Amino acid sequence: MATHLIFAEHDESGLKKSTLSALAAAKKIDGDIHGIVLGKGVNKVAEQFAAFCTKVHLCEHDDLTHRLAQPYAKVIADVAKKISATHVWAAATVAGKDLFPRVAIRLNAGMASDIQAVQSESVFLRPIWAGDLSGEIEILTPTKVITARVSEFPAPEAALASKGEVIPFDVSLGEIKMRFKSFDAVKSTRPDLSDAKVIIAGGRGLKGPEGFKELIEPLADKLGAAIGASRAVCDAGWVPNDWQVGQTGKVVAPKLYIAIGISGAIQHVAGMKSSKVIVAINKDPEAPIFQIADYGLVADAAKAVPELIALL
Amino acid sequence: MKILVTVKRVTDYEAKLKLSSSATDVIREGVNMIMNPFDEIAVEEALRLKEKHDGEVVIVSVGTKESEAQIRAAMAMGADRGILVEAPLSLSSDMDSTYVAKILQKVVEKEKPDLVLMGKQSIDDDNHQTCEMLAELWGVAQATQANTVTINNRIVTVVREADGGLETLEVDLPCVVTTDLRLNEPRYASLPGIMKAKKKPLDFWAVSDLGVEHKPQVKLLKLSYPQARKSGLRVKDVAELVNKLKNEAKVL
Repeated sequence: MATHLIFAEHDESGLKKSTLSALAAAKKIDGDIHGIVLGKGVNKVAEQFAAFCTKVHLCEHDDLTHRLAQPYAKVIADVAKKISATHVWAAATVAGKDLFPRVAIRLNAGMASDIQAVQSESVFLRPIWAGDLSGEIEILTPTKVITARVSEFPAPEAALASKGEVIPFDVSLGEIKMRFKSFDAVKSTRPDLSDAKVIIAGGRGLKGPEGFKELIEPLADKLGAAIGASRAVCDAGWVPNDWQVGQTGKVVAPKLYIAIGISGAIQHVAGMKSSKVIVAINKDPEAPIFQIADYGLVADAAKAVPELIALL
Repeated sequence: MKILVTVKRVTDYEAKLKLSSSATDVIREGVNMIMNPFDEIAVEEALRLKEKHDGEVVIVSVGTKESEAQIRAAMAMGADRGILVEAPLSLSSDMDSTYVAKILQKVVEKEKPDLVLMGKQSIDDDNHQTCEMLAELWGVAQATQANTVTINNRIVTVVREADGGLETLEVDLPCVVTTDLRLNEPRYASLPGIMKAKKKPLDFWAVSDLGVEHKPQVKLLKLSYPQARKSGLRVKDVAELVNKLKNEAKVL
Protein backbone atom coordinates (compact mmCIF):
# COMPACT_ATOMS: atom_id res chain seq x y z
CA MET A 1 0.00 0.00 0.00
CA ALA A 2 1.16 3.48 -0.83
CA THR A 3 2.10 6.18 1.65
CA HIS A 4 1.19 9.57 0.25
CA LEU A 5 2.56 12.92 1.38
CA ILE A 6 0.68 15.97 0.16
CA PHE A 7 2.10 19.47 0.28
CA ALA A 8 -0.41 22.03 1.55
CA GLU A 9 -0.47 25.46 -0.01
CA HIS A 10 -2.11 28.15 2.06
CA ASP A 11 -2.50 31.89 2.41
CA GLU A 12 -4.03 34.23 5.00
CA SER A 13 -7.45 32.76 4.32
CA GLY A 14 -6.35 29.18 4.96
CA LEU A 15 -5.81 26.05 2.92
CA LYS A 16 -5.86 26.63 -0.84
CA LYS A 17 -8.30 24.65 -2.89
CA SER A 18 -5.53 23.54 -5.27
CA THR A 19 -4.14 21.41 -2.41
CA LEU A 20 -7.32 19.37 -2.39
CA SER A 21 -6.87 18.71 -6.11
CA ALA A 22 -3.46 17.21 -5.37
CA LEU A 23 -5.17 15.14 -2.67
CA ALA A 24 -7.82 14.00 -5.15
CA ALA A 25 -5.08 12.85 -7.52
CA ALA A 26 -3.31 10.96 -4.71
CA LYS A 27 -6.53 9.21 -3.75
CA LYS A 28 -6.55 7.45 -7.14
CA ILE A 29 -3.88 5.21 -5.58
CA ASP A 30 -4.82 3.25 -2.45
CA GLY A 31 -2.80 4.32 0.52
CA ASP A 32 -2.33 6.24 3.69
CA ILE A 33 -2.73 10.01 3.28
CA HIS A 34 -0.29 12.29 5.09
CA GLY A 35 -0.30 16.05 4.73
CA ILE A 36 2.51 18.52 5.30
CA VAL A 37 1.97 22.14 6.33
CA LEU A 38 4.93 24.53 6.51
CA GLY A 39 4.97 28.08 7.81
CA LYS A 40 4.82 30.09 10.99
CA GLY A 41 1.65 30.21 13.09
CA VAL A 42 -0.12 27.82 10.74
CA ASN A 43 -1.65 25.44 13.24
CA LYS A 44 -5.10 26.38 11.98
CA VAL A 45 -4.20 25.34 8.44
CA ALA A 46 -2.91 22.02 9.76
CA GLU A 47 -6.17 21.45 11.66
CA GLN A 48 -8.14 22.32 8.51
CA PHE A 49 -6.09 19.90 6.38
CA ALA A 50 -6.38 17.17 9.06
CA ALA A 51 -10.03 16.83 8.06
CA PHE A 52 -8.77 15.19 4.85
CA CYS A 53 -5.68 13.27 6.03
CA THR A 54 -4.84 10.55 8.51
CA LYS A 55 -1.84 12.58 9.69
CA VAL A 56 -0.66 16.14 9.13
CA HIS A 57 2.99 17.00 9.75
CA LEU A 58 3.19 20.54 11.02
CA CYS A 59 6.53 22.23 10.27
CA GLU A 60 6.86 25.62 11.90
CA HIS A 61 9.88 27.93 11.97
CA ASP A 62 10.60 31.66 11.57
CA ASP A 63 12.51 30.91 8.38
CA LEU A 64 9.54 29.05 6.94
CA THR A 65 7.25 32.10 7.17
CA HIS A 66 7.57 32.60 3.43
CA ARG A 67 7.62 29.90 0.80
CA LEU A 68 11.33 29.81 -0.10
CA ALA A 69 12.52 26.97 -2.32
CA GLN A 70 15.68 26.04 -0.39
CA PRO A 71 14.28 25.43 3.13
CA TYR A 72 10.89 24.22 1.91
CA ALA A 73 12.35 21.55 -0.36
CA LYS A 74 14.58 20.32 2.45
CA VAL A 75 11.80 20.04 5.03
CA ILE A 76 9.36 18.38 2.61
CA ALA A 77 12.03 15.82 1.69
CA ASP A 78 12.90 15.27 5.36
CA VAL A 79 9.30 14.51 6.25
CA ALA A 80 8.95 12.25 3.20
CA LYS A 81 11.98 10.27 4.39
CA LYS A 82 10.71 10.08 7.95
CA ILE A 83 7.41 8.51 6.92
CA SER A 84 8.95 6.53 4.01
CA ALA A 85 6.55 8.19 1.59
CA THR A 86 6.09 6.36 -1.70
CA HIS A 87 4.30 9.25 -3.42
CA VAL A 88 4.96 12.94 -2.75
CA TRP A 89 2.35 15.27 -4.25
CA ALA A 90 1.74 18.93 -4.92
CA ALA A 91 -0.61 20.84 -7.14
CA ALA A 92 1.09 22.00 -10.34
CA THR A 93 0.88 25.63 -9.27
CA VAL A 94 3.72 28.16 -9.44
CA ALA A 95 4.72 27.00 -5.94
CA GLY A 96 4.56 23.29 -6.77
CA LYS A 97 6.60 23.80 -9.91
CA ASP A 98 9.18 25.83 -8.01
CA LEU A 99 9.65 23.45 -5.07
CA PHE A 100 9.08 19.92 -6.27
CA PRO A 101 11.98 19.36 -8.68
CA ARG A 102 14.24 20.17 -5.71
CA VAL A 103 12.31 17.71 -3.54
CA ALA A 104 12.78 15.05 -6.24
CA ILE A 105 16.56 15.57 -6.22
CA ARG A 106 16.69 15.36 -2.43
CA LEU A 107 14.74 12.09 -2.50
CA ASN A 108 16.59 10.69 -5.49
CA ALA A 109 13.14 10.24 -6.98
CA GLY A 110 11.79 10.36 -10.50
CA MET A 111 9.25 13.07 -11.17
CA ALA A 112 6.16 13.54 -13.31
CA SER A 113 4.97 17.13 -13.75
CA ASP A 114 1.50 18.52 -14.26
CA ILE A 115 -0.19 15.14 -14.61
CA GLN A 116 -3.73 14.90 -15.95
CA ALA A 117 -4.50 11.28 -15.03
CA VAL A 118 -3.24 8.45 -12.83
CA GLN A 119 -2.94 5.15 -14.76
CA SER A 120 -1.38 3.03 -12.03
CA GLU A 121 0.77 3.56 -8.96
CA SER A 122 3.75 4.36 -11.19
CA VAL A 123 2.29 5.43 -14.55
CA PHE A 124 0.88 8.89 -15.15
CA LEU A 125 -0.55 10.68 -18.13
CA ARG A 126 0.62 14.22 -18.79
CA PRO A 127 0.21 16.81 -21.52
CA ILE A 128 3.31 17.65 -23.52
CA TRP A 129 3.93 19.94 -26.47
CA ALA A 130 1.38 22.35 -25.02
CA GLY A 131 -1.20 19.59 -24.87
CA ASP A 132 -0.85 18.69 -28.56
CA LEU A 133 0.14 15.24 -27.31
CA SER A 134 -0.26 13.22 -24.15
CA GLY A 135 2.64 11.25 -22.77
CA GLU A 136 2.38 8.16 -20.59
CA ILE A 137 5.22 8.46 -18.11
CA GLU A 138 6.42 5.68 -15.85
CA ILE A 139 8.36 6.66 -12.75
CA LEU A 140 10.94 3.94 -12.12
CA THR A 141 12.17 4.91 -8.64
CA PRO A 142 10.65 3.59 -5.39
CA THR A 143 9.72 7.14 -4.32
CA LYS A 144 7.67 9.13 -6.80
CA VAL A 145 7.33 12.89 -6.95
CA ILE A 146 4.29 14.22 -8.77
CA THR A 147 2.56 17.52 -9.43
CA ALA A 148 -1.08 17.37 -10.50
CA ARG A 149 -2.91 19.70 -12.86
CA VAL A 150 -5.58 21.35 -10.73
CA SER A 151 -8.22 21.53 -13.46
CA GLU A 152 -8.13 17.73 -13.98
CA PHE A 153 -8.75 16.67 -10.37
CA PRO A 154 -11.84 18.18 -8.73
CA ALA A 155 -11.34 18.85 -5.04
CA PRO A 156 -13.28 16.46 -2.77
CA GLU A 157 -16.06 18.28 -0.93
CA ALA A 158 -16.42 15.91 1.97
CA ALA A 159 -13.85 15.47 4.66
CA LEU A 160 -12.95 12.14 6.25
CA ALA A 161 -15.31 10.70 8.84
CA SER A 162 -12.70 11.04 11.55
CA LYS A 163 -10.25 13.88 11.66
CA GLY A 164 -6.56 13.07 11.37
CA GLU A 165 -3.85 13.81 13.86
CA VAL A 166 -1.62 16.92 13.70
CA ILE A 167 1.98 16.01 14.52
CA PRO A 168 4.65 18.69 14.99
CA PHE A 169 7.82 17.94 13.03
CA ASP A 170 11.18 18.96 14.41
CA VAL A 171 12.55 20.93 11.47
CA SER A 172 16.20 21.41 10.66
CA LEU A 173 16.96 23.94 7.95
CA GLY A 174 20.04 23.91 5.78
CA GLU A 175 21.75 26.91 4.28
CA ILE A 176 19.33 29.57 3.02
CA LYS A 177 20.73 31.93 0.40
CA MET A 178 17.48 33.66 -0.46
CA ARG A 179 15.12 36.09 1.21
CA PHE A 180 11.52 37.11 0.73
CA LYS A 181 11.10 40.86 0.16
CA SER A 182 7.49 41.53 -0.74
CA PHE A 183 4.32 40.26 -2.34
CA ASP A 184 2.22 42.49 -4.49
CA ALA A 185 -1.17 40.80 -4.63
CA VAL A 186 -3.46 41.42 -7.55
CA LYS A 187 -6.61 42.71 -5.92
CA SER A 188 -9.88 41.84 -7.51
CA THR A 189 -13.46 41.58 -6.37
CA ARG A 190 -14.04 38.89 -8.98
CA PRO A 191 -13.51 35.17 -8.36
CA ASP A 192 -10.07 33.73 -8.93
CA LEU A 193 -9.52 32.38 -12.45
CA SER A 194 -8.35 29.01 -11.14
CA ASP A 195 -11.56 28.22 -9.29
CA ALA A 196 -14.20 30.32 -11.05
CA LYS A 197 -17.36 28.53 -12.16
CA VAL A 198 -17.80 30.91 -15.09
CA ILE A 199 -15.03 32.58 -17.08
CA ILE A 200 -15.49 35.30 -19.68
CA ALA A 201 -12.36 35.52 -21.84
CA GLY A 202 -11.48 38.11 -24.43
CA GLY A 203 -9.03 38.30 -27.30
CA ARG A 204 -7.94 40.50 -30.15
CA GLY A 205 -11.48 40.69 -31.50
CA LEU A 206 -12.21 43.22 -28.73
CA LYS A 207 -9.97 45.67 -30.57
CA GLY A 208 -8.38 47.26 -27.51
CA PRO A 209 -8.46 47.66 -23.72
CA GLU A 210 -11.77 49.57 -24.08
CA GLY A 211 -13.30 46.39 -25.44
CA PHE A 212 -12.54 44.68 -22.12
CA LYS A 213 -13.90 47.61 -20.10
CA GLU A 214 -17.07 48.10 -22.11
CA LEU A 215 -17.97 44.51 -23.02
CA ILE A 216 -16.14 41.85 -21.00
CA GLU A 217 -16.29 43.48 -17.56
CA PRO A 218 -20.04 44.20 -17.55
CA LEU A 219 -20.75 40.66 -18.76
CA ALA A 220 -18.47 39.19 -16.08
CA ASP A 221 -20.17 41.35 -13.43
CA LYS A 222 -23.56 40.15 -14.56
CA LEU A 223 -22.56 36.47 -14.28
CA GLY A 224 -20.24 36.79 -11.27
CA ALA A 225 -17.52 35.45 -13.55
CA ALA A 226 -13.74 35.67 -13.60
CA ILE A 227 -12.07 37.33 -16.59
CA GLY A 228 -9.55 35.58 -18.79
CA ALA A 229 -7.63 36.66 -21.86
CA SER A 230 -5.59 35.32 -24.73
CA ARG A 231 -1.83 35.66 -24.69
CA ALA A 232 -1.90 38.17 -27.55
CA VAL A 233 -3.87 40.76 -25.60
CA CYS A 234 -1.79 40.24 -22.45
CA ASP A 235 1.40 40.70 -24.44
CA ALA A 236 -0.11 43.81 -26.03
CA GLY A 237 -0.65 45.19 -22.52
CA TRP A 238 -4.44 45.55 -22.86
CA VAL A 239 -5.01 43.57 -19.65
CA PRO A 240 -2.88 42.30 -16.74
CA ASN A 241 -0.79 39.26 -17.47
CA ASP A 242 -2.32 37.13 -14.75
CA TRP A 243 -5.55 37.09 -16.76
CA GLN A 244 -3.83 34.92 -19.32
CA VAL A 245 -5.35 31.53 -20.04
CA GLY A 246 -3.23 29.04 -21.96
CA GLN A 247 -0.05 27.03 -21.99
CA THR A 248 1.97 29.99 -20.77
CA GLY A 249 -0.76 31.28 -18.47
CA LYS A 250 -3.35 29.53 -16.35
CA VAL A 251 -5.01 26.21 -17.09
CA VAL A 252 -8.68 26.41 -16.21
CA ALA A 253 -11.75 24.17 -16.29
CA PRO A 254 -14.87 26.14 -15.34
CA LYS A 255 -18.45 25.00 -15.88
CA LEU A 256 -18.90 27.69 -18.52
CA TYR A 257 -16.19 29.33 -20.61
CA ILE A 258 -17.24 32.12 -22.94
CA ALA A 259 -14.51 33.03 -25.44
CA ILE A 260 -15.16 36.36 -27.09
CA GLY A 261 -13.07 37.57 -30.00
CA ILE A 262 -10.57 34.76 -29.40
CA SER A 263 -9.36 32.92 -32.49
CA GLY A 264 -8.42 29.77 -30.57
CA ALA A 265 -4.68 29.36 -31.05
CA ILE A 266 -3.47 25.96 -29.80
CA GLN A 267 -1.62 27.81 -27.05
CA HIS A 268 -4.88 29.21 -25.69
CA VAL A 269 -6.93 26.07 -26.21
CA ALA A 270 -4.38 24.10 -24.16
CA GLY A 271 -5.45 26.17 -21.17
CA MET A 272 -9.24 25.89 -21.41
CA LYS A 273 -10.28 22.82 -23.35
CA SER A 274 -11.27 20.93 -20.20
CA SER A 275 -14.05 23.44 -19.52
CA LYS A 276 -17.44 21.80 -19.26
CA VAL A 277 -19.29 24.02 -21.70
CA ILE A 278 -17.46 26.26 -24.16
CA VAL A 279 -19.15 29.13 -25.95
CA ALA A 280 -17.36 30.98 -28.75
CA ILE A 281 -18.39 34.34 -30.12
CA ASN A 282 -16.27 35.42 -33.06
CA LYS A 283 -17.01 37.25 -36.27
CA ASP A 284 -14.67 35.00 -38.27
CA PRO A 285 -16.64 31.83 -39.10
CA GLU A 286 -13.35 30.02 -39.82
CA ALA A 287 -11.82 30.75 -36.38
CA PRO A 288 -10.41 27.49 -34.92
CA ILE A 289 -12.15 28.16 -31.61
CA PHE A 290 -15.39 26.98 -33.23
CA GLN A 291 -13.89 23.50 -33.64
CA ILE A 292 -13.91 22.98 -29.88
CA ALA A 293 -16.90 25.12 -28.87
CA ASP A 294 -20.17 23.50 -27.77
CA TYR A 295 -22.05 26.59 -28.90
CA GLY A 296 -20.69 28.92 -31.55
CA LEU A 297 -22.07 32.28 -32.57
CA VAL A 298 -20.66 34.08 -35.57
CA ALA A 299 -21.07 37.71 -34.56
CA ASP A 300 -19.20 40.88 -33.78
CA ALA A 301 -18.52 41.15 -30.05
CA ALA A 302 -19.52 44.81 -29.96
CA LYS A 303 -23.01 43.87 -31.08
CA ALA A 304 -23.48 40.43 -29.48
CA VAL A 305 -22.22 41.13 -25.95
CA PRO A 306 -24.64 43.99 -25.11
CA GLU A 307 -27.48 41.81 -26.42
CA LEU A 308 -26.28 38.95 -24.26
CA ILE A 309 -26.13 41.16 -21.15
CA ALA A 310 -29.65 42.38 -21.85
CA LEU A 311 -31.02 38.83 -22.09
CA LEU A 312 -29.36 37.45 -18.96
CA MET B 1 30.50 38.52 -14.03
CA LYS B 2 30.24 35.18 -15.74
CA ILE B 3 26.76 34.18 -16.87
CA LEU B 4 25.95 30.73 -18.15
CA VAL B 5 22.82 30.39 -20.28
CA THR B 6 21.32 27.07 -21.27
CA VAL B 7 19.63 26.69 -24.65
CA LYS B 8 17.67 23.76 -25.98
CA ARG B 9 16.90 22.80 -29.55
CA VAL B 10 13.16 22.18 -29.83
CA THR B 11 10.51 21.76 -32.51
CA ASP B 12 8.94 24.99 -33.75
CA TYR B 13 5.85 25.87 -31.72
CA GLU B 14 3.90 26.29 -34.93
CA ALA B 15 4.81 22.84 -36.28
CA LYS B 16 2.04 20.28 -36.69
CA LEU B 17 3.48 17.22 -35.02
CA LYS B 18 2.86 13.61 -36.00
CA LEU B 19 3.63 10.53 -33.94
CA SER B 20 6.34 8.14 -35.06
CA SER B 21 5.27 4.53 -35.68
CA SER B 22 6.60 3.44 -32.29
CA ALA B 23 4.54 6.23 -30.65
CA THR B 24 7.48 7.12 -28.43
CA ASP B 25 8.54 10.19 -30.38
CA VAL B 26 7.31 12.60 -33.01
CA ILE B 27 8.45 12.57 -36.62
CA ARG B 28 11.16 15.18 -36.83
CA GLU B 29 11.97 15.06 -40.55
CA GLY B 30 10.90 18.27 -42.19
CA VAL B 31 10.00 19.90 -38.88
CA ASN B 32 11.57 23.30 -38.29
CA MET B 33 13.78 23.40 -35.19
CA ILE B 34 14.23 26.51 -33.07
CA MET B 35 15.80 27.70 -29.85
CA ASN B 36 13.36 27.15 -26.97
CA PRO B 37 11.62 30.57 -26.74
CA PHE B 38 12.09 30.86 -22.98
CA ASP B 39 15.84 30.27 -23.48
CA GLU B 40 15.95 33.08 -26.02
CA ILE B 41 14.65 35.39 -23.29
CA ALA B 42 17.39 34.06 -20.98
CA VAL B 43 20.06 34.85 -23.61
CA GLU B 44 18.67 38.38 -24.00
CA GLU B 45 18.66 38.94 -20.24
CA ALA B 46 22.25 37.71 -19.95
CA LEU B 47 23.35 40.13 -22.67
CA ARG B 48 21.61 43.04 -20.92
CA LEU B 49 23.23 42.13 -17.60
CA LYS B 50 26.63 41.94 -19.31
CA GLU B 51 26.06 45.40 -20.80
CA LYS B 52 25.56 46.71 -17.25
CA HIS B 53 28.04 44.65 -15.26
CA ASP B 54 30.64 43.48 -17.81
CA GLY B 55 31.79 39.89 -17.94
CA GLU B 56 31.16 36.94 -20.17
CA VAL B 57 28.09 35.14 -21.51
CA VAL B 58 28.61 31.42 -22.08
CA ILE B 59 25.99 29.34 -23.87
CA VAL B 60 25.52 25.65 -22.99
CA SER B 61 23.42 23.10 -24.76
CA VAL B 62 22.99 19.39 -24.09
CA GLY B 63 21.97 17.39 -27.11
CA THR B 64 23.02 16.18 -30.51
CA LYS B 65 25.50 17.92 -32.82
CA GLU B 66 22.64 19.76 -34.53
CA SER B 67 22.22 21.88 -31.39
CA GLU B 68 25.22 23.85 -32.67
CA ALA B 69 22.71 25.87 -34.74
CA GLN B 70 20.93 27.07 -31.58
CA ILE B 71 24.24 27.89 -29.83
CA ARG B 72 25.36 29.88 -32.90
CA ALA B 73 22.03 31.70 -32.89
CA ALA B 74 22.67 32.78 -29.29
CA MET B 75 26.20 33.85 -30.25
CA ALA B 76 24.75 35.86 -33.13
CA MET B 77 22.65 37.73 -30.56
CA GLY B 78 25.94 38.56 -28.77
CA ALA B 79 26.97 35.67 -26.49
CA ASP B 80 30.74 35.18 -26.22
CA ARG B 81 31.31 31.44 -26.48
CA GLY B 82 29.60 28.10 -26.34
CA ILE B 83 29.78 24.56 -25.00
CA LEU B 84 27.90 21.71 -26.61
CA VAL B 85 27.67 18.62 -24.45
CA GLU B 86 27.00 15.89 -26.96
CA ALA B 87 24.59 13.37 -25.57
CA PRO B 88 22.56 10.87 -27.55
CA LEU B 89 19.27 12.01 -26.07
CA SER B 90 16.04 10.37 -27.07
CA LEU B 91 12.72 11.93 -26.15
CA SER B 92 12.47 9.42 -23.32
CA SER B 93 15.86 10.23 -21.80
CA ASP B 94 15.22 13.90 -22.44
CA MET B 95 12.09 13.54 -20.34
CA ASP B 96 14.40 12.42 -17.52
CA SER B 97 15.27 15.92 -16.28
CA THR B 98 17.50 14.61 -13.50
CA TYR B 99 19.94 13.26 -16.10
CA VAL B 100 20.13 16.59 -17.92
CA ALA B 101 20.42 18.48 -14.62
CA LYS B 102 23.33 16.24 -13.56
CA ILE B 103 25.11 16.92 -16.85
CA LEU B 104 24.61 20.66 -16.33
CA GLN B 105 25.87 20.34 -12.78
CA LYS B 106 29.19 19.04 -14.18
CA VAL B 107 29.36 21.97 -16.59
CA VAL B 108 28.71 24.41 -13.75
CA GLU B 109 31.42 22.78 -11.62
CA LYS B 110 33.94 23.25 -14.44
CA GLU B 111 32.84 26.73 -15.53
CA LYS B 112 32.05 28.22 -12.09
CA PRO B 113 29.59 30.87 -13.30
CA ASP B 114 28.21 33.59 -11.03
CA LEU B 115 24.76 33.18 -12.47
CA VAL B 116 22.95 30.54 -14.49
CA LEU B 117 20.03 31.86 -16.54
CA MET B 118 17.57 29.34 -17.97
CA GLY B 119 14.18 29.31 -19.65
CA LYS B 120 11.52 28.28 -17.13
CA GLN B 121 10.56 25.25 -19.21
CA SER B 122 11.07 23.86 -22.67
CA ILE B 123 8.10 23.91 -24.99
CA ASP B 124 8.50 20.28 -26.07
CA ASP B 125 8.45 18.14 -22.93
CA ASP B 126 6.96 20.98 -20.79
CA ASN B 127 8.58 19.37 -17.74
CA HIS B 128 9.57 22.52 -15.86
CA GLN B 129 12.10 20.56 -13.76
CA THR B 130 15.70 20.90 -14.96
CA CYS B 131 16.42 24.40 -13.60
CA GLU B 132 15.24 23.74 -10.07
CA MET B 133 16.98 20.34 -10.08
CA LEU B 134 20.25 21.97 -11.15
CA ALA B 135 19.93 24.56 -8.34
CA GLU B 136 19.42 21.79 -5.78
CA LEU B 137 22.31 19.68 -7.11
CA TRP B 138 24.58 22.74 -7.18
CA GLY B 139 23.44 23.67 -3.67
CA VAL B 140 22.37 27.22 -4.51
CA ALA B 141 19.21 29.29 -4.29
CA GLN B 142 16.88 29.97 -7.16
CA ALA B 143 14.38 32.52 -8.42
CA THR B 144 12.02 31.06 -11.00
CA GLN B 145 9.62 32.69 -13.47
CA ALA B 146 11.33 36.06 -13.34
CA ASN B 147 9.80 39.13 -14.89
CA THR B 148 12.45 41.58 -13.60
CA VAL B 149 16.09 40.88 -12.70
CA THR B 150 18.51 43.39 -11.13
CA ILE B 151 21.93 42.72 -9.59
CA ASN B 152 23.66 44.79 -6.91
CA ASN B 153 26.57 43.78 -4.68
CA ARG B 154 26.27 40.14 -5.66
CA ILE B 155 22.61 40.03 -4.71
CA VAL B 156 20.02 39.36 -7.40
CA THR B 157 16.62 40.94 -6.89
CA VAL B 158 13.98 39.10 -8.85
CA VAL B 159 10.31 39.91 -9.28
CA ARG B 160 8.55 36.63 -10.03
CA GLU B 161 5.18 35.83 -11.47
CA ALA B 162 3.61 33.95 -8.58
CA ASP B 163 0.01 32.78 -8.16
CA GLY B 164 -2.18 35.77 -7.39
CA GLY B 165 0.46 38.46 -7.73
CA LEU B 166 4.11 39.41 -8.01
CA GLU B 167 6.64 38.19 -5.48
CA THR B 168 9.98 39.90 -4.93
CA LEU B 169 12.89 37.76 -3.78
CA GLU B 170 16.54 38.49 -3.01
CA VAL B 171 18.92 35.72 -3.93
CA ASP B 172 22.67 35.52 -3.33
CA LEU B 173 25.03 34.76 -6.20
CA PRO B 174 25.80 32.19 -7.39
CA CYS B 175 22.28 31.07 -8.19
CA VAL B 176 19.86 29.91 -10.87
CA VAL B 177 17.30 32.32 -12.32
CA THR B 178 14.61 31.20 -14.78
CA THR B 179 12.81 33.43 -17.23
CA ASP B 180 9.14 34.05 -17.84
CA LEU B 181 7.68 35.57 -20.98
CA ARG B 182 7.49 39.17 -19.91
CA LEU B 183 11.08 39.52 -18.75
CA ASN B 184 12.19 41.09 -22.01
CA GLU B 185 11.80 41.06 -25.76
CA PRO B 186 14.75 39.20 -27.30
CA ARG B 187 16.74 41.13 -29.90
CA TYR B 188 17.13 39.98 -33.47
CA ALA B 189 20.62 38.98 -34.49
CA SER B 190 22.31 41.55 -36.73
CA LEU B 191 24.05 40.53 -39.93
CA PRO B 192 27.51 41.38 -38.49
CA GLY B 193 26.45 39.45 -35.39
CA ILE B 194 25.67 36.39 -37.50
CA MET B 195 29.02 36.69 -39.31
CA LYS B 196 30.91 37.03 -36.03
CA ALA B 197 29.09 34.10 -34.46
CA LYS B 198 30.61 31.71 -37.00
CA LYS B 199 34.06 32.44 -35.58
CA LYS B 200 33.25 32.49 -31.88
CA PRO B 201 34.74 29.62 -29.84
CA LEU B 202 32.54 26.57 -29.43
CA ASP B 203 33.77 23.56 -27.43
CA PHE B 204 32.36 20.10 -27.92
CA TRP B 205 32.30 17.96 -24.82
CA ALA B 206 31.40 14.29 -24.74
CA VAL B 207 28.92 13.38 -22.05
CA SER B 208 30.98 10.25 -21.34
CA ASP B 209 33.92 12.46 -20.25
CA LEU B 210 31.82 14.17 -17.60
CA GLY B 211 31.29 11.00 -15.58
CA VAL B 212 27.53 11.20 -15.37
CA GLU B 213 25.91 7.84 -15.15
CA HIS B 214 22.51 7.57 -16.75
CA LYS B 215 20.26 5.62 -14.47
CA PRO B 216 16.82 6.37 -15.87
CA GLN B 217 14.32 7.57 -13.28
CA VAL B 218 11.40 8.03 -15.60
CA LYS B 219 10.46 6.39 -18.85
CA LEU B 220 8.20 7.56 -21.62
CA LEU B 221 5.97 4.59 -22.39
CA LYS B 222 3.93 6.05 -25.17
CA LEU B 223 2.61 9.19 -26.78
CA SER B 224 -0.91 9.67 -27.96
CA TYR B 225 -3.15 12.34 -29.40
CA PRO B 226 -5.43 13.71 -26.73
CA GLN B 227 -9.10 13.06 -27.09
CA ALA B 228 -10.40 15.75 -29.40
CA ARG B 229 -13.30 17.89 -28.32
CA LYS B 230 -16.12 17.71 -30.77
CA SER B 231 -17.28 20.88 -32.37
CA GLY B 232 -20.83 21.60 -31.32
CA LEU B 233 -23.66 23.64 -32.55
CA ARG B 234 -23.75 26.97 -34.40
CA VAL B 235 -26.48 29.16 -32.97
CA LYS B 236 -28.08 31.80 -35.16
CA ASP B 237 -28.34 34.61 -32.64
CA VAL B 238 -27.86 35.66 -29.04
CA ALA B 239 -31.41 34.68 -28.07
CA GLU B 240 -30.86 31.10 -29.23
CA LEU B 241 -27.53 31.01 -27.40
CA VAL B 242 -29.09 32.09 -24.12
CA ASN B 243 -31.92 29.61 -24.58
CA LYS B 244 -29.46 26.73 -25.16
CA LEU B 245 -27.30 27.70 -22.19
CA LYS B 246 -30.34 27.87 -19.93
CA ASN B 247 -32.35 24.89 -21.10
CA GLU B 248 -29.96 22.48 -22.79
CA ALA B 249 -26.56 22.95 -21.12
CA LYS B 250 -28.19 24.23 -17.91
CA VAL B 251 -25.22 26.37 -17.02
CA LEU B 252 -27.06 29.65 -16.53
